[in-house]
Amino acid sequence: MAKQPSSATKKTGMSVGDEVMISMENVNKWYGNFHVLRDINLTVNKGERIVICGPSGSGKSTLIRCLNRLEEHQAGNITVQGITLNNDLKNIDEIRRDVGMVFQHFNLFPHLTILENCTLAPIWVRKMPKAEAEKIAMQYLERVKIPEQAHKYPGQLSGGQQQRVAIARSLCMEPKLMLFDEPTSALDPEMIKEVLDTMVSLAEDGMSMICVTHEMGFARKVANRVIFMDEGQIVEQNEPEAFFNNPQSDRTKLFLSQILDH
Amino acid sequence: MAKKPTKSAKLSDVAFVRNEDAPLLPPPASQAGITGWLWQNIFASMSDFTSIGASIRSLLVAGLSVFLLYFGGLQIYTLIDFAFVSAVFSDPETLKREVCWTEQQGGSLPNGWHAACWPFVVAKQKFIMYGAYPAEDLWRVNLTVIMGLVGLGWVLVEKLPYRPQVGALMLTAYPVIAFILLTGGNSDTSSINIATWLVIGLGLISIARLGSRGYLGSFFNEVASIFSIIGWVVISFTVVRGVAAIDFGLTSVDTRDWGGLLITLVVAVTGIVASLPLGIILALGRRSQMPIARILSTVFIEFWRGVPLITVLFMASVMLPLFLPEGVNFDNLLRALIGVMLFSAAYMAEVVRGGLQAIDKGQYEGAQAMGLSYWQSMRLVILPQALTHVIPGIVNTFIGLFKDTTLVSIVGIFDLLGGGQSAIADAAWSSPVQAITMYVYIAFIFFVFCFAMSRYSMYMERKLSTSRKH
Repeated sequence: MAKQPSSATKKTGMSVGDEVMISMENVNKWYGNFHVLRDINLTVNKGERIVICGPSGSGKSTLIRCLNRLEEHQAGNITVQGITLNNDLKNIDEIRRDVGMVFQHFNLFPHLTILENCTLAPIWVRKMPKAEAEKIAMQYLERVKIPEQAHKYPGQLSGGQQQRVAIARSLCMEPKLMLFDEPTSALDPEMIKEVLDTMVSLAEDGMSMICVTHEMGFARKVANRVIFMDEGQIVEQNEPEAFFNNPQSDRTKLFLSQILDH
Repeated sequence: MAKKPTKSAKLSDVAFVRNEDAPLLPPPASQAGITGWLWQNIFASMSDFTSIGASIRSLLVAGLSVFLLYFGGLQIYTLIDFAFVSAVFSDPETLKREVCWTEQQGGSLPNGWHAACWPFVVAKQKFIMYGAYPAEDLWRVNLTVIMGLVGLGWVLVEKLPYRPQVGALMLTAYPVIAFILLTGGNSDTSSINIATWLVIGLGLISIARLGSRGYLGSFFNEVASIFSIIGWVVISFTVVRGVAAIDFGLTSVDTRDWGGLLITLVVAVTGIVASLPLGIILALGRRSQMPIARILSTVFIEFWRGVPLITVLFMASVMLPLFLPEGVNFDNLLRALIGVMLFSAAYMAEVVRGGLQAIDKGQYEGAQAMGLSYWQSMRLVILPQALTHVIPGIVNTFIGLFKDTTLVSIVGIFDLLGGGQSAIADAAWSSPVQAITMYVYIAFIFFVFCFAMSRYSMYMERKLSTSRKH
């Protein structure tokens, strides 16, 4: 666990807008016979920072992967930025352009340099000129504090550095929403902090984000809403303070006791 | 996490603080330098006499090493002696076959002489290289080969400028130029024929365009990319035929007069150049989500892998004409070429599929999440990695294909081996060493090409693995 930040410093300058960014209505998904997402209803406003937690296999990764169509849902409606997710490739492309994603295993492209990783999508998807894409990429690499690694290959960087590159790579597309899928789970303890710090600074700049993580310190400090999932359902959601100090459901209590007391 | 020492343990026994760094020492002699190399690679396995078993093993290894050294040396010596030391190099008096006869056989060489008869190979050189290609037009073949070598060298050697452009020219303009130079062009294809095929090609592409935008229903939406590929193939093929119909003032040389290394190179290069892109498309098709593309690719691959190349060549040259309408006559070489091409594409597809399967799912997801389209993510992210993984397999297929070209001699096309074999039949050079000299020479030519491919692939592997450092 990273050290717990004090809750007194939190959420300065982070405001939640009224504009609806994501709405999920009665979303259901199956893997074969396995009902992995059960009747999910969720609305996310612009500027919200949501942390999703829950035991493994509870469907939290699947949920956020449905938001950019890495997974397909079978029933219900998902609308991102007013665009409905269906089989229309044009809609999917449009949503992916505006939604950045950071993965547990970074998923950097090992055959490209850090800089090329960051400029790939702006050049090919946004049709940006190379020089401009590189300029923007360097800005974001500076922002995640590794501009000096720009010409190295991902394999030459530490896990924490790679994850920060992955964040920069997503930011280069100037997304309106960031999805984090357990971004620190594959990292050594000493590297978790550098990634979390990057995410905190991102949140402070008003980025909307949905983050699947077990970093409860991060949740307390940054999130304006914590969602607890179990067996494919949203079991409880609340503001972090209330969620951690006064969980309502037994399952939440059990989960919190298991991850906090060790 | 380390366990904290329990209170009962005596701290003085456990506690330790390093005050001085341990010295950094040079490695022992057995680990570095020439001695180290010799020790690690040669003597380490035969100098263990610590027990009876180990001693016996050491002696066995030593004995085996000496034996293999002697035996291998003998082979190399025999080859060098055969090819160079005892060989006959010149035939100043144009004795032909008698220059390689021993006294017993009526010649002047000492009895028991057995070595290469190079004047025979020299005399047959033109036939082995070009077949029956007209002597006054050989410059056309030479020009084609020189252009090919320069272009290939340009693409393979790094640091030269305009490499992608040269590569593109080599893949588009060069085959057309080579085709015209080698055949003479001026084929009697009517302009109506060309126009018809152009219309068909454009039609297929329009269907693909409309289909991909969803105007023609879901079926055409699914198969749009197949239509597009076929359409482009038809159009490029028709353009080539159109250009080949122009009269450049070159005499026409029938492919029946081609032969020797020329045929081998034409078949191998066409097969190699065509099989990689075809194989990639088939491999992607076989892994596609679209059932039609997947089934078509799978059936194609399994069919061509399931039949021997000899059968393919036989079918192409003997059976195919029976199915074609009267008067339609494909060139025999062209038929063999297409057979070899499709055959090796099926093998290549499976090699490439192996590479695709080695790519982590996260790479696909990373590319997708960034908004890259299917073809973009394949071209920019997946294939560069997948193909790097399977360079040994790809080059293996290339080398196999290069040597399999000898099978075309079965259907009456005289490639390097076929040409060499018919040269052996020449009674004017008949001698006991005639055949073996020719086979040694042909083996040498094959070895040079295959070894070069192998070395280049090793160089590529090294280069890619050092620059990418996974």
